[in-house]
Amino acid sequence: MRAFVTHTGIVAPMDRANVDTDMIIPKQFLKSIKRTGFGPNLFDELRYLDEGKPDQDSSQRPLNPDFMLNQDRYRNASILLARRNFGCGSSREHAPWALEDYGFRAIIAPSFADIFYNNCFKNGLLPIVLDEKSIDKLFQETFDEEGFQLAIDLEAQTVTTPSGETFAFEVDGFRKHCLLKGLDDIGLTLEDADAIKAYEAQRRQVSPWLFGG
Amino acid sequence: MAGKTLYDKLWDSHLVKQRDDGSALIYIDRHLLHEVTSPQAFEGLRLAGRKPWRIDTNLATPDHNVPTTGRARGIDGIDDPVSKVQVETLDRNCEEFGITEFGMLDQRQGIVHVISPEQGATLPGMTIVCGDSHTSTHGAFGALAHGIGTSEVEHVLATQCLVQKKMKNMLVRVNGQLGAGVTAKDVVLAIIGRIGTAGGTGCAIEFGGEAIRSLSMEGRMTLCNMAIEAGARAGMVAVDDTTIDYVRGRPFAPKGDQWEMAVKAWRELHSDDDAVFDKVVELDGADIQPQVTWGTSPEMVTGIDGMVPDPAAESDPIKREGIVRALKYMGLQPSMPISEIKLDRVFIGSCTNSRIEDLREAAGVVKGRKVAPTLKQALVVPGSGLVKAQAEAEGLDKIFIEAGLEWRDPGCSMCLAMNADKLGPGEHCASTSNRNFEGRQGFGGRTHLVSPAMAAAAAIAGHFVDVREMMN
Ligand code: SF4
Repeated sequence: MRAFVTHTGIVAPMDRANVDTDMIIPKQFLKSIKRTGFGPNLFDELRYLDEGKPDQDSSQRPLNPDFMLNQDRYRNASILLARRNFGCGSSREHAPWALEDYGFRAIIAPSFADIFYNNCFKNGLLPIVLDEKSIDKLFQETFDEEGFQLAIDLEAQTVTTPSGETFAFEVDGFRKHCLLKGLDDIGLTLEDADAIKAYEAQRRQVSPWLFGG
Repeated sequence: MAGKTLYDKLWDSHLVKQRDDGSALIYIDRHLLHEVTSPQAFEGLRLAGRKPWRIDTNLATPDHNVPTTGRARGIDGIDDPVSKVQVETLDRNCEEFGITEFGMLDQRQGIVHVISPEQGATLPGMTIVCGDSHTSTHGAFGALAHGIGTSEVEHVLATQCLVQKKMKNMLVRVNGQLGAGVTAKDVVLAIIGRIGTAGGTGCAIEFGGEAIRSLSMEGRMTLCNMAIEAGARAGMVAVDDTTIDYVRGRPFAPKGDQWEMAVKAWRELHSDDDAVFDKVVELDGADIQPQVTWGTSPEMVTGIDGMVPDPAAESDPIKREGIVRALKYMGLQPSMPISEIKLDRVFIGSCTNSRIEDLREAAGVVKGRKVAPTLKQALVVPGSGLVKAQAEAEGLDKIFIEAGLEWRDPGCSMCLAMNADKLGPGEHCASTSNRNFEGRQGFGGRTHLVSPAMAAAAAIAGHFVDVREMMN
């Protein structure tokens, strides 16, 4: 997994609440058996005027000029600014895969759906929760100033605007550690293989029916 | 010290290791797999040269991509080559790693959240995960069950554990009794209407109260299925006689002495009287009407006697904007009565409402009646091959067919339209599924979530009607 230490990039505004994972990556693209290549279909139904199909060259499709990612000023964005309950709905990890594949490194919102939030950390994508007032302010600045950028420092847990205003955010210690180092958490869990085996031995005594009798 | 909640008990009994940073390793008793969210996990195992930790906890079935007609042709019946590869990949992975799979030609195949309880593979007191958010369904058995992403599917395969942080405890209590014609689906939609789609975020919800205790296991599964639509990864109901009676005798359930031992342990799976919840929400069962969603989020819901809202009356600007957008997408006018919404299609199925009881309810409504001629299609898709067989043994298939509904083979079908069953742009559908998101049932499709009885009534009328007026 790609590590995340610091990142500075252009901000794109996704100005609607309850953006669900069907919207982030529609179902027809979930038929892939790969982890990569979802970027061109990120927000497919909002981004294009036609209905997207898997295995199609999206560069030839008609773009929806009203969708923000199709506007020049946001085209190279790597930080997504969003509204409450971002990533609700299906558990599909294709959603963070698509965001990451498009080039996003961080998402800032007042709240995230649990499964999506968790999935982001497994893919080098940093979800940041800030309060609604700060989010409103950041939306305003993003709209007002073309090329508006934010600087994110995971170690310090801060988001800083070009004018030097800083917002602090919370992140769970274990997830922060894994993301800073780009660690594979399966390897980490397997370091506790003895604890897992000990648990199984004890559990087999108490609940043998869970172990085929 | 305060007593424990059901969730506390399930958490404590699966704690392998508490880490200093607040995270914990939690042991997983049952891992369910389907074709959409597992291929990359198996590929990850192969690339890292890892083996599954414990094969016997895994159970797989293809459900999302499978066609609902011509099942006898098996995998050759899948026209879409991309879908076909995904189903073949699941078959191949299960074979390679030795995982039990109910393939397309197995009568036990069906929607993963229908087949596991049906087989007794879902048991009280278990931790159950699947790369699918509706895994919350299995919480109906007093189990801790939730959806996970594909990286976690790989993690569970490789280690039999998940790294978790404990969620908060939330209790949703539904007091009193439900009125006639009001089902578990209406209860859960009413709950989501009350607390919102983020109302349970960060929480495990326990559903309790007299109205919940009176629900069948099918009803409890419908309820827990949609906990995720209230933002809660896990929903659960305490174990009682209804639970134990349902599990008894199922193929994967314990037998003999082990059954007795298990039942004794399962009897403890309820919250203690003095347990403390972080959040409590109470509803009165008698107040709940049959529900219909009018928007593009499950919280955009009202009773059948209600009206589409007027955004001008909403004070929160983000919500107001959401209503305006939803009405535009849904092609509805503010203050229009719900009963005036005309339908193009009806879908009875999905992991929320495709069990035998759901089909009985729907059949009870359409029996001796005819589907409205204005409808393009009304589909009934049973949740599994065994549900299908049971329904046919009871003659339900004939009732549906005579009334003009189509009787299909099991799978997810129009719930997410990954197979050939889908809505056309602008079409309105009364659906017993769980998500009314934009495009969920087909590009531009307009979904209204309802109970099976309400969907059946709508199929007859061609628009929404109060099913209670059709019952006598
Ligand atoms: S029926 Fe629908 S919600 Fe349930 S598992 Fe299938 S696609 Fe998901």
